[in-house]
Amino acid sequence: MAVNIIKERWTSKVAESTLGPDGLKIGGESTLPFMHFEGEMPNRPVTALEVFDMEPADWPEMLKAPYADVLGDPVAWAKKVVDLGADMVALRLMSAHPDWKNASAEEVAKTAKAVADAISVPLIVIGCGVEEKDGEILPVVAEALEGKKALIGCVTQANYKSITAAANGYGHNLIASTPLDINLCKQLNILISEMGLPLDRIAFDPLVGALGYGIEYAYSIMERARLGALTGDKTLATPVVCFVGQEAWKAKEAKDPDVPEWGPQDERAILWETTTATTFAIAGGTIFILRHPESNKRFKAFIDESMKA
Amino acid sequence: MGLTGLEIFKQLPKKNCKECGQPTCLAFAMQLAAGKASLDACPYVSDAAREALDSASAPPIALIKIGAGEKALELGNETVLFRHEKRFEHPTAVTIQVSDNEDVKAKVEKINKLVFELVGQIHQVSMVAVANDSGDASKFADAVKTAQENTAYPLLLISSDVAAIEAALEVAGANKPVVYAADENNYEAMVNAAKKYDAPLVVKGNDLESLAALVEKVAALGYKNLILDSGARETSKVLQDQTQIRRQALKLFRPFGYPTIAFANNADPIVESLNASAFTAKYAGIVVVNSAEPQHILPILTLRLNVYTDPQKPIAVESKVYEILNPGPDAPVLITTNFSLSYFCVAGDTEGARQPAYIVTVDTDGISVLTAWAAGKFTPETIADTVKNLGVMDKVNHKKIIIPGGVAVLSGKTAELTGLEVIVGPGESAGLPSFFKKQWNQ
Repeated sequence: MAVNIIKERWTSKVAESTLGPDGLKIGGESTLPFMHFEGEMPNRPVTALEVFDMEPADWPEMLKAPYADVLGDPVAWAKKVVDLGADMVALRLMSAHPDWKNASAEEVAKTAKAVADAISVPLIVIGCGVEEKDGEILPVVAEALEGKKALIGCVTQANYKSITAAANGYGHNLIASTPLDINLCKQLNILISEMGLPLDRIAFDPLVGALGYGIEYAYSIMERARLGALTGDKTLATPVVCFVGQEAWKAKEAKDPDVPEWGPQDERAILWETTTATTFAIAGGTIFILRHPESNKRFKAFIDESMKA
Repeated sequence: MGLTGLEIFKQLPKKNCKECGQPTCLAFAMQLAAGKASLDACPYVSDAAREALDSASAPPIALIKIGAGEKALELGNETVLFRHEKRFEHPTAVTIQVSDNEDVKAKVEKINKLVFELVGQIHQVSMVAVANDSGDASKFADAVKTAQENTAYPLLLISSDVAAIEAALEVAGANKPVVYAADENNYEAMVNAAKKYDAPLVVKGNDLESLAALVEKVAALGYKNLILDSGARETSKVLQDQTQIRRQALKLFRPFGYPTIAFANNADPIVESLNASAFTAKYAGIVVVNSAEPQHILPILTLRLNVYTDPQKPIAVESKVYEILNPGPDAPVLITTNFSLSYFCVAGDTEGARQPAYIVTVDTDGISVLTAWAAGKFTPETIADTVKNLGVMDKVNHKKIIIPGGVAVLSGKTAELTGLEVIVGPGESAGLPSFFKKQWNQ
């Protein structure tokens, strides 16, 4: 009996977005991840390594070590992650957090501009995570980064209005964050696009969990979103951002240096971060924000292999 | 599976004899289609019709039993492509390979030690593969004997030499090991060897087309206790073949109606572990690796647990008092549900804030804070009972508990029932560091 290869006839595809001054393309898939026999994956999944605008308070030693000479100097740190092979730089404006330095919008915008001017890869700018404060600082950052076509986030139901208006005006893309619910995700994408920012300038962040810490929820949301995108739901067809490093390095399996029954931390932590990333890649993730340079290298090697037809 | 009442009706004798208990053959066919009657009730059905109906009513992916004793396992009976459609049924058998050229006993003992506690359950690998790298049949049989004497895990016997497989089966056949593999050149002899012990047999093709052809030849020899290997080894090819086999099986293409095996073996153990995890998520029934190091295996077993969790039955943690960072008598007492994700979020963010604390998980059958509140399982009464029964307030020198911000409405009644001061915490656990700083430690 001959095998008639089953090819699904998908009617639509993931939106293709362009980031950065040189126009890095992401998204645009017309099939499920890596199913090269039935559709196109015109752009490979991309990585970013995180850069903090102040020395991170809660990073384990293993994670600080590769950046020991640049912690506290975001410009030097950003150049370093580019040298280490990240496709993009993800600058986190932690200093704006009211619990830390409570830095002003003008201060963080200055840092963002200095970082953007020092690199040629696209810049992702992430606020401090306090919705109200991000609603104040990110519009100012957007203005300072005019022309850089940055990816700015995270925008939530509570603060999307001011940030969307600024991103639209100054030509940036947005990360829309909603907690593990496909309908909330659609809803926020619609709210943002109704303010005039086209859907192909939005990437959605389903607030992923790490391996062992709820990874299956985001895994299934990404699979459902991709199926939605391929069958014509434009509000689910935005590329997916995965905050892998932030979650993986909260796991004790990654950050605990001394648990003999789990084996040595160096390989264990890298596998924790990278397995979290590869799992989302096969579910439909597009942008992977990582923390350790070795994870970036390992993940990219996995993508090289998976992209082969 | 998949046949309509009318399709079944065509195969029946149409005597309307009523001996099956149904008024007509058509009525009986409808009962069969609904799975409410058995073909055995019809005394007149022909053998040809019985065979046609039996094979048509077989599940899309056969259930294959491997091994004997407490570590015996089952594969197959899968019904979906995506876990959100229903669930994945039989977790991937994570298998570690030993060579008959190495110290089998030492490696098997190492494999036996790969036991991990994840969310309160014990998780282990599933099988040990013994590979006939030596090319010597008696050396292979000795290695299989050593493996069998030193582990309770089912075995996977890897050799293309029929004589070596026969020798190994003499030692281990009674325990139903998996035989690897029947290929184009040896399949008749391999089928005979496996059949003698009713051991599951892997059929190995060079691609999907040759695999389907070979499965049909093997089935024609009357053997259906099978596992499939498309021959793919490259990451991208394995993912595509595994997906295609699952799709074909669910559309009832019978040659692919069996569980699969995927080999992730790689000289680089990080690459190997990453590939094994990907193959676990994407349909492999068995996944084989070389490494027996815990740092390479723990991620695979964790992902298997996550992906094979029933989406309709969330994982619960034990309802108890969890101590974060050796809390003292002045540490805060945080209340949440025993939904694993709720607990992990609260514990993770508390640890991240370097705040020693007690976390009390109320038994809500593993559902989340807001869902449990709506379902009447996370209430002032259940919170008060749990706080009292677990005796957590005996550990502290204050009279305060912190409840999730999402259920602020419960604070008054909870205070009344417990006699404690009830503080409303943040709506999301990510707000805990800030909460501790501003409200607890002031």
